[in-house]
Amino acid sequence: MAKFLGTRVLHSGIALIGLILAVFFLVRLTGDPTDLYLPIDASLETRKEFAHKHGFDRSAVEQFLVFLKDVSQGDLGYSLRKQRPAMELVLEAYPTTLRLAGVAMTLSIALAIVVGSIAAYRPGGVFDRISSMASLAGASAPDFWIAITGILLFAVTFRWLPTSGVGGIEYWVLPIVVLMLRPFGLMVQVVRASMLGALSSAYVKTARAKGVGESAIIFVHALRNAGLSVITVAGDLTVGLINGAVIVETVFGWPGVGKLMIDSVIQRDFPTVQAAVMVTAMAIFLLNIVIDLLYVALDPRIRHQ
Amino acid sequence: MSTAEQEAITIRRVTPWWRLLPRDKFALVAACWMVVLFACFLLGPELFGKAATAINLRARNLAPGSLENGWLMILGGDALGRSILARLIVASRNTMTIALTAVILAMLAGGALGMIAGYIGRGVGQIIMRFADVLQSFPSLLLAVVVLYVLEPSVTNLIIVLSITRLPIYLRVTRAEVMEVRERVFVDAARALGGGRFHILRRHITPVVAPTLLTILTVDFSIVMLAESSLSFLGIGIQPPEITWGLMVAQGRNYLSQAWWLAFFPGLAIMLATLSGNILSNWLRIVSDPEQRWRLETVGQDKRKPEKQGQGAGGRTDG
Repeated sequence: MAKFLGTRVLHSGIALIGLILAVFFLVRLTGDPTDLYLPIDASLETRKEFAHKHGFDRSAVEQFLVFLKDVSQGDLGYSLRKQRPAMELVLEAYPTTLRLAGVAMTLSIALAIVVGSIAAYRPGGVFDRISSMASLAGASAPDFWIAITGILLFAVTFRWLPTSGVGGIEYWVLPIVVLMLRPFGLMVQVVRASMLGALSSAYVKTARAKGVGESAIIFVHALRNAGLSVITVAGDLTVGLINGAVIVETVFGWPGVGKLMIDSVIQRDFPTVQAAVMVTAMAIFLLNIVIDLLYVALDPRIRHQ
Repeated sequence: MSTAEQEAITIRRVTPWWRLLPRDKFALVAACWMVVLFACFLLGPELFGKAATAINLRARNLAPGSLENGWLMILGGDALGRSILARLIVASRNTMTIALTAVILAMLAGGALGMIAGYIGRGVGQIIMRFADVLQSFPSLLLAVVVLYVLEPSVTNLIIVLSITRLPIYLRVTRAEVMEVRERVFVDAARALGGGRFHILRRHITPVVAPTLLTILTVDFSIVMLAESSLSFLGIGIQPPEITWGLMVAQGRNYLSQAWWLAFFPGLAIMLATLSGNILSNWLRIVSDPEQRWRLETVGQDKRKPEKQGQGAGGRTDG
């Protein structure tokens, strides 16, 4: 068990470092931000001063060494765009994204488990066929299109919901639904497939023979075993959910980390991009460890290794 | 099992896939739609290139559903009075080229790396797997955003970026399959007969791995198409005057409250294409799975005879 966890942590750690390295050098290839931040008629001296202040006059490797030294002291640099510590901007944006992703993920996991289990209970039945079609459509839908169609329908035409912005519960409906579509669609299929396998297994037959109630069979016996594959997929989907969050935050004007990152890349705000990537990668790193721990908790084969 | 029954099973031939397709209505419709799309991809720009760029200011934001301005205007006109239908058909080439090329590239590169990781060496394999970890540990869209800002957003670069983000799936699947297949007897036999590594990979392992990769390819086609549309929608993908469906949605977004059809139809086109891809991949998965294939083989046959199903299930052993 310790070995299993150790290897996993080591691998995720290597990925984390590789990613930070890659992003650091990649963003520096996007071009010199000096021109973007100084007026066209800025003198050569001002330019040099700007480049010197942010370290752009040094080679990329030197810049990286300075960056490492700063990071070890907890300093991720100043945002070029906002003249504030980059980390501050990222940490300000994070709660929005986390809340959005958390609510969407929890709702889609819960709904998918219920829908997928019922569908697997009678494969080929009416409910199964409807839910299969719906989940397939959800997984195939372009989220940005659903988002603007939703705005058009519910905000512009019917005026039931606000078009964009942050606020009370009515502001949450459209973004959450859009964000949920794909994870929900994919997860229903996974739950259904693994429940189908679990329901035809020997231990379910044994439980039936003992006279265990049907709902207990579905939600206790079968689901617990189907849970492993659901967790694996849910982990991957959470990483993918950030893709959706970028779109949703852009379309609905939510000040989350996805929007921050897109804006920063477009305006060559390197320190902010680095800080955002680092925090996101750390979050995913932690998420992977949590998933591994859940694995250990759920699967006795790993626990007793 | 009686000898007569056994005979019936061995004589019974495997139903070819083109006879299985009509038995699943959804898959049939999806396949037909794919054929239509492919025709647009092949001939669209040649046939409708002019119509897609012809500006007609009197048909600005023309509402869909009227045939007064010719049948090309059936889906309405865009902000410059160009036919939306013609633009959709022309844009299908870019959209499909990017999605198809990216998945094929990802499959070839991922498959090759997966074979190396699974068969050649442990050391190289470890490096390759860590590389896959890096790619998978970060949201693909953000990775693409960063990379597309380094490179210029063009069709070629978009293809490269998208194929890199999809590569880990093929890599992992290939590696897992190769590691399983390499232990089988026929591989041992080939090795004992003096077959070299590349000979074994090419002649003995590739045929076993290929069907799985092709099934993933059909799902991935939809995923990549969605990714490309998202990037183009965000303004970091394809740049005008080139068009893709995603870019058309982005352009139509500005006219959302006056002319909803500008953004609606391109989005619908994306949705129908990805949905068809997903339905076909589901169908393909069932056809290629010997344990499930009978579900399709028995559809449309005489349902009053339950033993038919038994025969179908028996037939799958030689399928």
